[in-house]
Amino acid sequence: MRKIIELKGVSKAYDGQVVLDHINLDIYDNEFVTLLGPSGCGKTTTLRIIAGFEQPDEGQVFFMGEDIAALPPHKRNVNTVFQRYALFPHLNVYENIAFPLRVKKAHGDEIDTKVREMLRLVGLQGFEKRSVTSLSGGQQQRVAIARALVSQPKVLLLDEPLSALDAKLRKDMQAELHKIQRASGITFIFVTHDQEEALSMSDTVVVMSEGLIQQIGTPTDIYNEPQNAFVADFIGESNILNGIMLEDRKVKFHGHVFECVDSGFEKNEPVDVVVRPEDVDIVPEEKGMLRGVVTSVTFLGVHYEIIVDVQGFKWMIQTTDFCAVDSHIGLFIEPDAIQIMHKSKYSGMFGDYSSFSNEFDELSDAAAEVEEE
Amino acid sequence: MKKEHNALRAVQRAVLAPYGVWALLFIVVPLLFVAYYAFTDSNFAFTTDNITRFFTAKSQVSTDAGGTREVYTYLLIFWRSLKLAIISTVICLLMGYPTAYILSRASERVQKILITLIMIPMWMNFLIRTYAWMTILQDTGILNRLLAAVGLGPVHVIGTETAVVIGMVYDYFPYMILPIYSVMAKLDMKLVEAAKDLGCNGWNVMRRVIFPLSLPGVISGVTMVLIPSISTFYISQKLGNGKFYLIGDAIEGQYVANNLHFAAAIAFILMIVLLVCMALMQRYANRKAVA
Repeated sequence: MRKIIELKGVSKAYDGQVVLDHINLDIYDNEFVTLLGPSGCGKTTTLRIIAGFEQPDEGQVFFMGEDIAALPPHKRNVNTVFQRYALFPHLNVYENIAFPLRVKKAHGDEIDTKVREMLRLVGLQGFEKRSVTSLSGGQQQRVAIARALVSQPKVLLLDEPLSALDAKLRKDMQAELHKIQRASGITFIFVTHDQEEALSMSDTVVVMSEGLIQQIGTPTDIYNEPQNAFVADFIGESNILNGIMLEDRKVKFHGHVFECVDSGFEKNEPVDVVVRPEDVDIVPEEKGMLRGVVTSVTFLGVHYEIIVDVQGFKWMIQTTDFCAVDSHIGLFIEPDAIQIMHKSKYSGMFGDYSSFSNEFDELSDAAAEVEEE
Repeated sequence: MKKEHNALRAVQRAVLAPYGVWALLFIVVPLLFVAYYAFTDSNFAFTTDNITRFFTAKSQVSTDAGGTREVYTYLLIFWRSLKLAIISTVICLLMGYPTAYILSRASERVQKILITLIMIPMWMNFLIRTYAWMTILQDTGILNRLLAAVGLGPVHVIGTETAVVIGMVYDYFPYMILPIYSVMAKLDMKLVEAAKDLGCNGWNVMRRVIFPLSLPGVISGVTMVLIPSISTFYISQKLGNGKFYLIGDAIEGQYVANNLHFAAAIAFILMIVLLVCMALMQRYANRKAVA
């Protein structure tokens, strides 16, 4: 695969506040890359540096091997889909899409062919003459994508393009975006704070926090083998426990020695242990590796989400079997369900569900979205 | 819900009522009177003579060669007013547009200071401002003394069309800047970013995005400068030394001479022409907005 964009030691600070801290990132041809992280993690700044709207304080940006630090946005072969679409209100749908071609002084016939091709790609045939202000959010989104793709850039940058849509439409657009990326063969760099979105669409996910890249990998890698407590917590639900790596493939937590599949740690190294809620099997108390008391049960349709108190640590378990509150159960964990991580500065910050409630989770998500505005 | 809505409507109506009465008494009724006077003679019998007179009245003017020439009096006056008003409006636009743009991109503090500076002359009486320009532009005035000090001049400005244009531009300039500025200040900077992203250099951003989006401001600026300049009489009397009889002077002259019906006819024709101009401009702007 051909390397198309390369960031080398890129740093950026606003008023002394570090937003990006020596980022190194390679992006390859025809890839769907997602920059994922909470607000203020530096993902949008990274995107704006690639687009040319911001200059890095330090480091270099290469585009197909060429340093593009001095290149203004209009000379970069990179287009952006903005968060609020930024369609031109004085132009209709057709002219919005034709805009980049008109700037390049393309021929009328060529413009017409390409615009109609784009309208077909995003499913907006028949909307040519409509005013963009009369369109729904999803339709405006499609116009923005068509406008950014019509001049066939090497890379398309998408800055939280789905955040203004409602949940149903969002799902449809995710699938649509994936399809468009495959059909156009253009590299997509997608920014979001929604981990589900990131996992479902991307070839590569770049998890960011506090101006640093926490992990780069495929969605499966990121989910199954998180490299630190931040990634484990941010992507999906995780039980994160303090453990001790006794030797290769043997880890001790909750006073019990478990078999696992990880190796290469030092003898008796303190580690973070991650177990996903869906990977815990519920067994009769006497057959369990661990024993606990159910403290709450929430029915979520596909499964129950139960919180189990094991020696004071609250586990989250997702199961299709109903367990009553206050019942005593046993926990059984397969070796390959255990993921071992080195200690990091995020250790101990996440992974215990003692203060957990669904409502609280949603509240904090909403707050994050408002901040992004 | 419905009840509340109706209550709200009632309140709105009550609040708007005083203005409605005002508008009826002091805008609609006087306009009807203008039309009524324009189409009646001194006995208030219907006639189109006043209108016809505007288009047919002739008079002799002396030419540069020393002879005389017959001209359509009021058409000539009207043409002269229109010419000076258009020149002044174009100058205001050419100076005002870049100023408004730079202003809207300045820091908030600078914006406040500059807006105040632009508005300050408007707080002074219009007559005093015009008199000030007389003092400046006179043959022995401040301008010529300054020019003499640097070894230039003297220039003869007072009593020329240039002086009238300078006066109009000075008096009406803020009316051009402010509407353009208020549209520009509200312009979404994301659109500028999007244009750059899609391949526009600075000039293209201006031509394809900023200018079309600021057209509503330009239209109201042009309207607010063109209309008072076309009907002004005071500036031409003071700075033109009375040599440039404009349409406003004609209306005033007929009115002072107690020729109310003909004065009303001139005012009526002027109004119709301005309405047509504005409608055309609006149509142009709408077409531009759709295209």
